[in-house]
Amino acid sequence: MTFLPTLPEDQLERVKAPEPGGASGLYRALGETLRGMRSTFSSFVEGPLTIQYPEEKVPVYPRFRGRHKLHKFEDTGLEKCVGCSLCAAACPADCIRVVAAENTPEHKVSAGERYAAVYEINMSRCIFCGYCEVACPFDAITMGHDFELSDYHRSDLIFTKEMLLADALERTPLRAEGE
Amino acid sequence: MLGVVEYYEPWYVQIIKGIIIFAVGLQAVPLVLVAERKILGRFQHRYGPNRVGPFGALQPLADIVKLATKEQFRPKTSIGFLFAFAPIVSILTAVAALAIIPFGDRNDIFGTKVGFYGVDLSIGPLYLFAFGAIAFYGIMLGGWASGSKYSFLGAMRGAAQLISYEVSQGLALVGVIITAGTLSMTGIVHAQQGMWFVVPQFVGFIVFMVASFAETNRAPFDLVEADGEIVGGYNTEYGGARFASYYFSEYLNVIVVSGIATTLFLGGWLIPGIDTPGWAQPFVVMGKMSFFIFIFIWIRATLPRLRYDQLMSFGWKILLPVAMLNTLVTAIIVVVTD
Repeated sequence: MTFLPTLPEDQLERVKAPEPGGASGLYRALGETLRGMRSTFSSFVEGPLTIQYPEEKVPVYPRFRGRHKLHKFEDTGLEKCVGCSLCAAACPADCIRVVAAENTPEHKVSAGERYAAVYEINMSRCIFCGYCEVACPFDAITMGHDFELSDYHRSDLIFTKEMLLADALERTPLRAEGE
Repeated sequence: MLGVVEYYEPWYVQIIKGIIIFAVGLQAVPLVLVAERKILGRFQHRYGPNRVGPFGALQPLADIVKLATKEQFRPKTSIGFLFAFAPIVSILTAVAALAIIPFGDRNDIFGTKVGFYGVDLSIGPLYLFAFGAIAFYGIMLGGWASGSKYSFLGAMRGAAQLISYEVSQGLALVGVIITAGTLSMTGIVHAQQGMWFVVPQFVGFIVFMVASFAETNRAPFDLVEADGEIVGGYNTEYGGARFASYYFSEYLNVIVVSGIATTLFLGGWLIPGIDTPGWAQPFVVMGKMSFFIFIFIWIRATLPRLRYDQLMSFGWKILLPVAMLNTLVTAIIVVVTD
């Protein structure tokens, strides 16, 4: 093999493998078996490392991208979303649908001129890339931590504005700082 | 001494204890099954089954119900009656071999002397080998009658493996028999009053254990099943209750071999320094058996499967000479010191 770097003879150390078979081979095989048994027994003593998922959960990192949340202003209670559709434009999976409407003085939903009359995210298409969060000029949409989104019907996976605005179920433990 | 069994119980006692041993033996199989899966899990840093019932204790029940309610089918190329008959042979021989394991001495129960064993034959180990030899027909017929290539390969492997390792297993026991001077299983236990045979017959013990792994088709000698190579070996085409009975007999064989090893090498119900009372003897025996079963599982968790030629050369070139030498040396020592 020409690819192997050739070392000068004095820097080489040749280790000879023991002869296979025979009485010494039998002795070695027994020894190696015992060595293997010791190492498996040490894992037996250490105990299981399994996390029993539905009961125990692995905590997620603070920047984990889970189910989306829509936000309101805490003081006025108005929605932050102004229906600009930038999130829908940024979405690579094309899973966000926004239909904007004008705010009127008697019916004021958001802080801007317009608001999102319809805001839907199709969770069965969403790839949780977080581009919507980045695109939003008002921090109206952020990614939450919930990843348990399975459902029995595809239609149930289209999340409406009401669902996204509601306080999300915090079913996922959050990893503490520095953990 | 040879060929004479001094004592027989009344017929009804024999029937009752037959039923008891049968029931206990068969109940032990699901226990061993779930224990194996749980212990094997621990060896691999996981829990094993723990969802069905408390701590997964009802797992074997779920397995059995699932297998028993499955549809019976067979390949078009199979030979019908042999295909159905082979698992019966397997399970029958495994249960029959259970009869000679002594769980205790002859003890008084309500004034009747009852031996805590199925039968105390004057040919104990030979009975074991007789049924061991028939047991391999279960595998052979099952694999051949399936009419499938993989089954046939598994059966062929089984035939070669069982024949070559039975020789070593038998020779390993000859040392014990020479030292004890009797073929009766209880007689062999009584002969270990001073010292368990595992000490003077250590080489025989090792050879017997290794050969037993091969005899019971357990890892690392599970070439007969070898699911990575030949699908499932002889039981590839089996499903439902027939597969369950193969599975059952495999675990029953493990229990039987553990019982034999306990009797012949670990002094049966004897504990050094303590005169074991009659009621405790079965528990002592079962405790020692579970130690062996643990070793069976431990080895399975540790060693990879042998290659076929390695298996053959190990059996004939190493195990057999060692067993032969052990027999020879034992015989010479016994003759010289007598």
